[in-house]
Amino acid sequence: MDFQLTDDQRALRAGVRELLDRRFGREQLRAAVDAPGLDRALWRELGEAGFFALRLPETAGGVGLGLPEAVLAFEEAGRALLTGPLVATHLAVGEVPGAATGESVVAAVDGTLVEWLDEADVVRGDVTGAVAMRSADPLTPLHRVPRVAPPDPVAALLTAAEQLGSASRTCELAVQHARTREQFGQPIGAFQAVKHLCSEMLVRVEVARGAVYAAAVTADPLDIATAGLLADEAAELGARDCLQVHGGMGFTWESDVHLHLKRAWLRARRGQSAAEAEEALAEDLRIAAPGPRT
Amino acid sequence: MDLSYTPEEEEFRAHLREWLAKVLPGLPPKPSPDDWPGRRAYDLGWQRMLYDAGYAGLHWPADAGGRGATPTQHLIFLEETEKAGAPYVGANFVGLLHAGPTIAAEGSAGQRARWLPPVLRGEEVWCQGFSEPDAGSDLAALRTRARRDGDDYVVSGSKIWTSHAEVADWCELLVRTDAKAPKHRGISWLAMPMDAPGITVRPLRTLAGSTEFAEVFLDEVRVPVANRVGEENDGWRVTMVTLSFERGTAFVGEVVACRRVLGELAREARKNGRWDDVPLRRRLGRLNAEFRALWRLTQWNVSESERSGGVPGIGGSVFKLSYSRARQDLYDAAADVLGPEALDLDSPWTLDRLSSLSYTIAAGTSQIQRNIVAERILGLPKGR
Ligand SMILES: Cc1cc2nc3c(=O)[nH]c(=O)nc-3n(C[C@H](O)[C@H](O)[C@H](O)COP(=O)(O)OP(=O)(O)OC[C@H]3O[C@@H](n4cnc5c(N)ncnc54)[C@H](O)[C@@H]3O)c2cc1C
Repeated sequence: MDFQLTDDQRALRAGVRELLDRRFGREQLRAAVDAPGLDRALWRELGEAGFFALRLPETAGGVGLGLPEAVLAFEEAGRALLTGPLVATHLAVGEVPGAATGESVVAAVDGTLVEWLDEADVVRGDVTGAVAMRSADPLTPLHRVPRVAPPDPVAALLTAAEQLGSASRTCELAVQHARTREQFGQPIGAFQAVKHLCSEMLVRVEVARGAVYAAAVTADPLDIATAGLLADEAAELGARDCLQVHGGMGFTWESDVHLHLKRAWLRARRGQSAAEAEEALAEDLRIAAPGPRT
Repeated sequence: MDLSYTPEEEEFRAHLREWLAKVLPGLPPKPSPDDWPGRRAYDLGWQRMLYDAGYAGLHWPADAGGRGATPTQHLIFLEETEKAGAPYVGANFVGLLHAGPTIAAEGSAGQRARWLPPVLRGEEVWCQGFSEPDAGSDLAALRTRARRDGDDYVVSGSKIWTSHAEVADWCELLVRTDAKAPKHRGISWLAMPMDAPGITVRPLRTLAGSTEFAEVFLDEVRVPVANRVGEENDGWRVTMVTLSFERGTAFVGEVVACRRVLGELAREARKNGRWDDVPLRRRLGRLNAEFRALWRLTQWNVSESERSGGVPGIGGSVFKLSYSRARQDLYDAAADVLGPEALDLDSPWTLDRLSSLSYTIAAGTSQIQRNIVAERILGLPKGR
């Protein structure tokens, strides 16, 4: 057993991070907040870099990699708060022409929500009666639809990967701030109340990481349910704690923390609900084989 | 990332399973929790069986008498023995999981030859004399002192919360050998025979009613200088080696155990009708997620230490923080499944719930683990 990233996987992750730093760094992120809309040029660049066609076989013109690699790429997308219907477009590859190359933007109904409906070239799922909402996430336009679409397990896993990326990013942001901001004559990170918030953030990230990567390897529905539950929590609580560590600054529009928090809330609505995941995991216990007790 | 086991690892697992199926039915009945001599004999007997079958000290280096098995094989060993319901390491905990590995890593050839084989063969039991009444979390504040007299150290002071002290043959003892040095510098690590004159062991009753640990009083106890592991006054560094073993691998089997206990709890809930309580049922589902994830984190850490050459990293603190809370949540959920029965001291659930309370304290409290994670992993500044 060797449950660690391979050299190729590390290189892939570094490559995606480099691309996103260059094309969707802090400045572009803030520009997107001020002028919402999908950056078609970036979408095509993502397509060229193989972001969408990552799991399409090479014989069909794709990159020919698997779920673990897709999870690493989506983790980076989550870190960078990359915008657009990434999961829906990734899943449409092989079925919707132009999705693989980033020529087409594909949206999909997930639960009772659709992200990016107006900007999409193709929409999957029944959107009759869709009503626009004023989206809490300034970077993701939303519509509500009357009929519920069943969750797709791969979509849930990729969403969990994004949540993981966001959670580890907010942990980093909190630690950076705690090292530099001074109060009472020392960095606030020297105070245990702050230190302990940060270490709990890391604990949630690392536990979620184990679950998300394992689900990427096994693609087992219960592993995916586990990953979703823990990654949602790591992202939501991580953003909250990051906000707390930033104090008043954290409550401003200028700080990026609220963008992570709002996106984490939105992603937590995708796929299985926490209650459904817990029910599935409880059902798994019911059928577990009896064993001796020590 | 690969979660599949190699053919060699699968073969190892298959042999182990076969052996367990053969020997476990013939084990004598478990002694009662209060019968310490009985527990010692039982645990040593099991260790002897492991030794005879070639499974003793699996993860120890071969030149320390172990099998030099990979961390993954050790993981499989802990997983399979736990799944099969084999005895827990029990009284052999300190010897096998941290004193032994510390001596293997830091001891001289003579020390390894003297102390390691009896641990592996199930002949000698070790205890850990680190904590003192005024030095718990602040371990380096310890005051038990050792004065040199010829070839001996003469040791006086007291230790507390010493698990298994009543039945131990040896104690990994931290003493102050230089009172004037800065507090981390004047410490030495000694192997103290527990039958030396001047040692008094006073059992302490735990909140579970049993005597798991004891106070150990040391009055002019003579310990040969030759029993010092590492250099004089370099004991703090040796201690860090010990603690990395204690926090690194000690809880692996217990995650497997908790997953089994959770399955049993679900069956209990089905039987008594609490399964229909939706919030309670979801809590059990949620716990299933936590223990599944902790198992994955275990596999992750084991793979990492396999790549880095075997010594567990400080990631053990991340694991311990999460695991100790999850274990307490598990037994709190059990109490809600059981209802009034959870107040019955004759129910094993009640005792397990009580003992789960020690997990956020023993081997370094959760607060101390959070300091370690914040300062050593995240690089936050030390407080003044
Ligand atoms: C079941 C059990 C078995 C044990 N077995 C052994 C054994 O075999 N050998 C051995 O040597 N020891 C053993 N111990 C001792 C154990 O390691 C100590 O109890 C533990 O390290 C805490 O020390 P303390 O009890 O002195 O508590 P204290 O250090 O007095 O702590 C009291 C409280 O203050 C908090 N605190 C202290 N310092 C800080 C800080 N810097 N920042 C934030 N909070 C802080 C602690 O987290 C805790 O909540 C055992 C303990 C238990 C419960």
